[in-house]
Amino acid sequence: MKRGAIAFWAGAALFLALVLVLTQIIGNEYPFFAGYVILQFIVLAVAWSILGGYAGYVNFGTSAFFGVGVYTAVFLVQSIGAPLYLQIAVAAAVGAVLGFAVGLLTLRMQGIFFSIATIALTIIIETSVTNWRDLGGAAGIQIQRPPVTAPFHTYVQLLFFVQALLVVLAVAIARYIQNSWIGRGLQALKDDELAAECTGVPTLRLKVAACVISGALMSAAGAPAAMYLQYADPGSAFNLNYSVSVLAMALIGGSAHWIGPVIGAILLGITQQLLAVTISSEVNVLVLGVMLVLFVVGAPEGIIGIFRKFAAPRAEGKP
Amino acid sequence: MDLLFSAVTTGVLLGCFYAAVSIGLSVSFGLLDVPQVAHPAFLVLASYAVYFLNEQYELDPLLAGLLITPLLFVLGVVVYRIYYETFERRGSDAAVRGIAFFFGVAFIIEVLIILQFGVDQRSVAASYIGKAWRFGGMRIPLRLLVAFAVASGLTTLLALYLSKTFMGRAIRAVAQDQEAVRLMGANPVRIKQWAFGIATAVLGIAGALLIIVAPVDPTLDRAYIGRTFCVVVMAGLGSMTGTLIAAIILGISETIVLTLFGASWAPAISFALLLGVLAVRPQGLLGRR
Repeated sequence: MKRGAIAFWAGAALFLALVLVLTQIIGNEYPFFAGYVILQFIVLAVAWSILGGYAGYVNFGTSAFFGVGVYTAVFLVQSIGAPLYLQIAVAAAVGAVLGFAVGLLTLRMQGIFFSIATIALTIIIETSVTNWRDLGGAAGIQIQRPPVTAPFHTYVQLLFFVQALLVVLAVAIARYIQNSWIGRGLQALKDDELAAECTGVPTLRLKVAACVISGALMSAAGAPAAMYLQYADPGSAFNLNYSVSVLAMALIGGSAHWIGPVIGAILLGITQQLLAVTISSEVNVLVLGVMLVLFVVGAPEGIIGIFRKFAAPRAEGKP
Repeated sequence: MDLLFSAVTTGVLLGCFYAAVSIGLSVSFGLLDVPQVAHPAFLVLASYAVYFLNEQYELDPLLAGLLITPLLFVLGVVVYRIYYETFERRGSDAAVRGIAFFFGVAFIIEVLIILQFGVDQRSVAASYIGKAWRFGGMRIPLRLLVAFAVASGLTTLLALYLSKTFMGRAIRAVAQDQEAVRLMGANPVRIKQWAFGIATAVLGIAGALLIIVAPVDPTLDRAYIGRTFCVVVMAGLGSMTGTLIAAIILGISETIVLTLFGASWAPAISFALLLGVLAVRPQGLLGRR
């Protein structure tokens, strides 16, 4: 366990160092522009599987948390001209509050009811923002980027690095949860909520905690998107495409281990970038949907499930 | 007062239309417990099929809806078969992935429609579209009246089918106690397959009504996730009378909010009602439990 932790943090430090070096040596802005989206999806997919993978509550409301993050940032920039780190911190706090509310929903709803309720939440928040005139309403709002700070040359590079930090944070949290009693408790309530409750697992507290953490991370990942696009509108900030993309990434990668959503997000993120450039963004969503359906039908444990089957056939011996 | 009366009348007409588009879900989700999130996507797909037939062969939308009904039945049977083989038979964890499966299917349908027809709104041509009747000071679009009449007929027919015919009663028996049905020597999977086929088949007419009432665009299914699930959950899963009552409540609420606050709040109404029902009375108005 100890050695694993050292390896993990060394890997994380190496990753961040690499990102920093890349921002210094690559002059072209496009790789960062594309890479940012992939990093953003890694955070979202990892955050999604804290609730969806470990606890088995399928959250269709990723776009609600993402959009809330975007609009928290927009609001802070418009009202007090807050710096980026404050935008992210406050977005995380708002996401946590929203996550708490979603956690309370799990009190009375499970399975499909929970999923539908999260869609409902998304649309209700989107409609409220659309009717909020100060935030631009349905037409959207333009945002001015502040000047970039050293050592970065462009603001996109800065955002790329910040999102990489969020990736490390999200993965570290997911990894901690997975290896601690919280993860085992969530796993237990996923298998049988009643049995878990009866054996003394504090199911409600765990579910709410998972929702809060997952929500905070998703909103934090959304906050820099306002600066990234320099523009925000409710239709795209709350687009259900985020929900289905993140769901697909987590399930295709495999949501039982933190590495699953990371793999899924990188794989689908790159595919999406390539398709969006070469063909069109519609085909993009089509490929995503088809892969999602193929994987949930054919490979329920995702890529890590396939990998495990070949690596250790005996451990996964059960049908 | 006049305004309120007018809103309630329109609401009732609209409500019956909502009942028609939700009644299939009331069977597939309400009775069979299949998390059919793709129901609204199938509905929009049916609308586009009707649009295609209307545009190419100048068929009446309702006739076109009737024509595609058998195809939809087959589609429903196939989808249920896939769902059953891959999820229902495998047990507990399958429910989570079943939801993801239908969500994915919904998005695939949406994109296929966009690729084929583009993102623009589409509407159909028929003699009763564009005209209106006047009652006193009130103006009621004829298209809404046609939708009301057909929707009421469709809802009543399906309710009668489920309560009076042998197969309909078998479907309700499966919903009540699948094991008991098995013990009686019937095959519950085949009954459910048939029921899911019926639930999808009624979308032919429902889809025709959808495009008669208003123009349709590929992402319209997202709004109808709220409306259909709101109606079915509020009704109490699987109750046909409840479906009609809940749909009328939704229709009236939407019309009133629309007249008071404006159209920009419209998408949230059904979802807010749905959340409210789930939080306060999850078993619905006329619930099974």
